Amino acid sequence: VRCFVRSLQEFALAFNININGSPHSIDVDGDTPLLWVLRDVLGMTGTKFGCGIAQCGACTVHIDGAATRSCVTTIDSIGKSAVTTIEAIGHTSAGQKIQQAWLDREVVQCGYCQSGQIMSASALLAANPRPTDADINDAMAGNICRCGTYPRIRDAIKQAAATGTKQGARR
Amino acid sequence: MIIDRLLTAMAMDGGPTNRKLSRRVLLKTGLASAGGLLLSMRMPMLAHAAGPSADFVPNAYIRIAPSGQITLTMPYVEMGQGTYTSIPMLIAEELEVELGQVALEHAPPDEKRYGNPLLGGVQATGGSTAIRAVWQPLREAGATARTMLVAAAAKRWNVDPASCRAEKGAVIHAASRRKLSYGALAEAAAAMPVPDKVALKRPQDFKLIGTPAKRLDTPAKVNGSAVFGIDARPAGVKIATLAQSPVFGGRLKSVDDSQAKAVRGVRQIVRLDDAVAVVADHMGAAKKGLAALIIAWDDGPHAALSTEDIARDYAAALENPGAVAESRGDVERALAAAVTRVNVQYQVPFLAHAALEPMNCTVHVRKDVCEIWVGNQVLGRAQATAADVTGLPLDKVIVHNHLIGGGFGRRLEIDGVTRAVQIAKQVDGPVKVVWTREEDIQHDMYRPFFSDTFAAGLDDKGLPIAWRHRFAGSSILARWLPPAFNNGVDPETIDGAVHLVYALPNFHVEYIRKEPPGIPTAFWRSVGPSHSVFVVESFIDELAAAAKRDPVAYRRALLDDAPRARAVLDLAVEKAGWGQPLPKGTGRGVSLQHVFGSYMAQVAEVEVANDGSVRVKRVVCAVDCGSVVNPNTIEAQVQGAVIFGISAALHGEITLKNGRVEQSNFDDYQVLRINEAPVIEVHIIGNNEAPGGMGEPGTSAIMPAIANAIFAATGKRLRKLPIDTAVLKQPG
Repeated sequence: VRCFVRSLQEFALAFNININGSPHSIDVDGDTPLLWVLRDVLGMTGTKFGCGIAQCGACTVHIDGAATRSCVTTIDSIGKSAVTTIEAIGHTSAGQKIQQAWLDREVVQCGYCQSGQIMSASALLAANPRPTDADINDAMAGNICRCGTYPRIRDAIKQAAATGTKQGARR
Repeated sequence: MIIDRLLTAMAMDGGPTNRKLSRRVLLKTGLASAGGLLLSMRMPMLAHAAGPSADFVPNAYIRIAPSGQITLTMPYVEMGQGTYTSIPMLIAEELEVELGQVALEHAPPDEKRYGNPLLGGVQATGGSTAIRAVWQPLREAGATARTMLVAAAAKRWNVDPASCRAEKGAVIHAASRRKLSYGALAEAAAAMPVPDKVALKRPQDFKLIGTPAKRLDTPAKVNGSAVFGIDARPAGVKIATLAQSPVFGGRLKSVDDSQAKAVRGVRQIVRLDDAVAVVADHMGAAKKGLAALIIAWDDGPHAALSTEDIARDYAAALENPGAVAESRGDVERALAAAVTRVNVQYQVPFLAHAALEPMNCTVHVRKDVCEIWVGNQVLGRAQATAADVTGLPLDKVIVHNHLIGGGFGRRLEIDGVTRAVQIAKQVDGPVKVVWTREEDIQHDMYRPFFSDTFAAGLDDKGLPIAWRHRFAGSSILARWLPPAFNNGVDPETIDGAVHLVYALPNFHVEYIRKEPPGIPTAFWRSVGPSHSVFVVESFIDELAAAAKRDPVAYRRALLDDAPRARAVLDLAVEKAGWGQPLPKGTGRGVSLQHVFGSYMAQVAEVEVANDGSVRVKRVVCAVDCGSVVNPNTIEAQVQGAVIFGISAALHGEITLKNGRVEQSNFDDYQVLRINEAPVIEVHIIGNNEAPGGMGEPGTSAIMPAIANAIFAATGKRLRKLPIDTAVLKQPG
């Protein structure tokens, strides 16, 4: 009976969240950060742990398109919002351009921070197709790269923006 | 550093003029077990004693499969430096195949195969050594395989091998218009005799080496599919996080875990002598459980330690003589005869590595076998410590190595593996131990603290006739590679303080090995030069100022016998526009070094605001690293190394109070962000000298360039790092 009650409680506590277009039922405490749900519960390890206090940006995901630090976003705060992670960002127009620019510009070194960099950069590009240097600083200063790929990150964002303009002009 | 020199010496075994294939490099060829050609090689690894070894034990392999796929198995790890792209370039160049045809696999750890019994066994990637180590032998191996493939084709066609040529993975006999792919020839080639001599390509004939090759590991790193150590998920894995004694050398006294156990998802509390870990279903529960523990520590002997105590101790240590690192002429007599004397002290702090992937290690201890998933630079040692902790034989420890989310020297240590195995021994099933960022910073093994004292004497023209330098600091090598520490001298720690590029007739450098109480120290990007180049290049700038000379002209006057050093200095200065006017509060500083086998000069343009804050606006770097393998990687490594060095110069400092590290996360251990990153220009002088290391030099060179630029901008000489903005603040 105790077992039954417990499973009933857990059922009642489960959170239904939408990640990359798919529904997931998550059975953890409501104050659990989204980061650990993604990595440890769902096995989506593309989103990285770096600091746990929203200082480094390695854990950046999109919530309804906005770059968000998943290490300080509790699971009970998400509700019906759409979560997008690095695993699916290539399905968005901005994400695809950013990933391509990252490849073209050879941005990556160790690569550990790059999921978060790409998530921040694609949110920037989706909201602001022609970011200035100052816009890039504002959007990307929350993402640390210890290998020091910043010069190439800046170049790649500009390249991705230029791609967007050209395509837009063609249409 | 010594490791480099050992490696370089071995890589150059026989010297570049002797093309006879070294039997120590390549001994055997034969049939691969899955068919095709297998070349077994002995690549020089760290800590390989000089002199011929009796037994040939291969540690690297080239397989040419019947499908034509070429696989290179090597004991080097990729940690962001581009090794996995540059190394296949060497093979592909001589083998005459496209870069895309060569796949690089990481060799598994194997103490017998990779370790050296004399030196405790080191299988390591570090010290900007990989390319330098394999530059000669890998090209020889490629040329050997090509020669054998050509021989096999010539035999089959019954023609002279000299009438055949290799191109794009095939052998071609143009006269008869016949062509056979390497895959089709691989088995026949395996039966060919190993040639005694092979001709290596002339640099002007290189097709790949020296061209900007795309990195091979990039695609998986932009879509989240790359698997780092922290991403390992063996079936049924639990997640653990830990608290270690906040004071180094302290012990766990007691733990009240009643509240932690009540946290949903927490499975187990593991107690160790000096740490406690919470094992849970996910990291969120593990962290919550850890926070709910009530832990009492016995702080031990270092409970009152502070950075001020350490600084005082180190300054006092400089009162006594040290081991002589390099000495020539008569410094004391020259000092007595000098027209001007300059006496100053310098100090640099402990630094954390703060690789973005926090320390972690996944372990499954079973009765008869221990399995480990980790990203580490010293796999042989990782295996050995697991065997030691579990009591299992070495061959019952399986290490799955992973991509490394930043090394910078931190993952040349195995303390994290040891700790994780200690925890896993008490856990039923696999457990991933993940350090919080706070634990990672507060239980790092740090770049050592150093204290320096200099005395120089100048002649009537202001040129240095005496140079005396004494410094105290930890020796990492004495712990990490004890046989390399001889007569009190750590050849890696003194690197950058000795064998300077400048003509200094009376020169005397002493090193005092002084270990900080309880605080572990380790290699850190640019290693010994991270300290020594800062002090040496700041001090030479001070001498220029004392002589009232331009810092570039002053250095140039001392470079008559160092043409490569002079060339990088001239190039950096020219590209930077040295001497052109700058706005008020902005200055240019220069640095010059020859470390890790590469010559480098940097000019930093730095702005000092009225509030004392410092901004590095532009960095121009000229480098002569000998033969250029992949210019794309060189530019990336210099950019990254410069940014790493700016972080240290402007912000980097680990301090202690009451025995505890005061910094804990990126809010109080700050690293450079994109909005602070300068424009960085990299100019490469290409030549045919042996390749120099490129992972590290950019970090050591930038720190003095910044301090010298601040002096140029403000007239204030900063002899301590990080930069103290309070000193630079304008009154009013």
